[in-house]
Amino acid sequence: MKRGLFLPIVSFIGFLFLYIPIVSLVIFSFNKSKLVTVWGGWSTKWYGELLNDPQILGAAWISLKIGVVSATLATVLGTIAAMVLTRFGRVRGRGLLTGMVTAPLVMPEVITGLSLLLLFVAMEAAFGWPAGRGMLTIIIAHTTFCMAYVAVVVQSRLVDMDDSIEEAASDLGAKPMRVFFDITLPMIAPALISGWLLSFTLSLDDLVIASFVSGPGASTLPMVIFSKVRLGVTPEINALATLIVAVVAIGITISWFFMRKQVKK
Amino acid sequence: MTALQASTPWRKTASLLARLGLTGRMLVIAVPMLWLLVFFLVPFLVVLKISVAEPMIARPPYSPLFVDGSIQATLGNYAYLWEDSLYINAYWSSIKIAFFSTVLALLIGYPMSYYIARSPELKRSLLLLLIVLPFWTSFLLRVYAWIGILKTKGVLNAMLMKIGLINEPLIIMQTDIAVYIGIVYTYLPFMILPLYANLVKLDDSLLEASADLGARPISTFFRITIPLSMPGIVAGSMLVFIPAIGEFVIPALLGGPDTLMIGKVLWTEFFSNRDWPVASAVAIAMLVLLVIPVMLLRLAQSKGAET
Repeated sequence: MKRGLFLPIVSFIGFLFLYIPIVSLVIFSFNKSKLVTVWGGWSTKWYGELLNDPQILGAAWISLKIGVVSATLATVLGTIAAMVLTRFGRVRGRGLLTGMVTAPLVMPEVITGLSLLLLFVAMEAAFGWPAGRGMLTIIIAHTTFCMAYVAVVVQSRLVDMDDSIEEAASDLGAKPMRVFFDITLPMIAPALISGWLLSFTLSLDDLVIASFVSGPGASTLPMVIFSKVRLGVTPEINALATLIVAVVAIGITISWFFMRKQVKK
Repeated sequence: MTALQASTPWRKTASLLARLGLTGRMLVIAVPMLWLLVFFLVPFLVVLKISVAEPMIARPPYSPLFVDGSIQATLGNYAYLWEDSLYINAYWSSIKIAFFSTVLALLIGYPMSYYIARSPELKRSLLLLLIVLPFWTSFLLRVYAWIGILKTKGVLNAMLMKIGLINEPLIIMQTDIAVYIGIVYTYLPFMILPLYANLVKLDDSLLEASADLGARPISTFFRITIPLSMPGIVAGSMLVFIPAIGEFVIPALLGGPDTLMIGKVLWTEFFSNRDWPVASAVAIAMLVLLVIPVMLLRLAQSKGAET
């Protein structure tokens, strides 16, 4: 019987390990006292302070804008890369493209960040673009590393997909562009959505690359959080974390029910 | 009508491009190719160039490569990395921390993946969701949560002291232990997902056959289950080990001043010391000594999987 209990107990402890930090963030966001271990009673005052903090709100807005633009660009570019790698057969430079699509996935963030910053500095010195660093340079950096993730997600979908429908369409005289937009795109749409969401989260979450390529005036949310958190525990940040957890939990629950419905159909 | 009108200049451009030997197909290939060339490959050449420059008080803070038509390159920055023990220690310490974190994640992740894979279907999808869920919330905030738990006056010490297990608070924050906890915590889902994907395909009849032939469960596990799940173990370990090596946020927030990790060293070199050439040399050394071996390993692995 000992063996029968081992797995559930270890798994239970494992799940506790994964969730205790999140639960403690949520609980202490309602703590009246500023000290983490002292329970000063329930309070929502940190939420009030969070919503009146122009620095955090401004950074959140910048991060959202960067996230939406880079996730969209990354989805477009990543999908094209995935199409080239799966549907174009043997083209010149295929090996190079494969390497450049997979390398960002294993590249340490500090290297990606440093190399892009040095590129931007060199480009500015050589032909004056991009002038200074800020949102534009962060968007370019995020698009570059996110497109690799999109390419992987879309590529695996394209490989699994039956390509006879695409063949049938082109046999019936549809031009390649038409085949792509009428047949392929609707079929890989779920992969595009998950690729977009993945890119959006990665962009919203990135501290290291953004810190390197950002300039004065463009502080993203993780950059502001990091500078606050370095000085110690801030209940305001707990409140922010709780809001993020709530949004994610609601989103995931909805999509889960949605997916289960589709599976049942 | 508008579609027709719009298509005329479009068709003209297309035929012009075709005459130049450029087809639509090539344009499609060129888009991601150029983007990655400019924003992924070229940056490394820039880093390589700056790594052989001298630091200078200027904007940008390094000496130019070409001066009056001759090349001004120095290997001084690399020699400095070799001579100053900080960099070699940081390199070894990163490998050590990444390695032991991977082993710990495997020891926790394997039973969990096995348990999930053997659960009934509804429970399985729910547990998988619980594994993936933390990934969608901010990584930075989840690491930050550990500060509140692990610090001297934190949740863990308060609880342990309340139940009387310890009298003095444990010093965990700002030590390597906190860094291990942070890395295992962050990358555990990356270990579990490939392991699960592998274990869920495990054929029960093989385990039954082994039991029928008289093998005890423990020897079935080591002689059947583990060898069959090897691809999952390798994939999961890579997904933990690779990002752990270059990790910056976890050692910066949870580690102490003497926690040495190469990602943190590069960050400090760049942001605090403002020495761009040395930071570039660290990046190139890291690339050659860590990233390229890992990429070759992955390549060999995927080639092995194909045959």
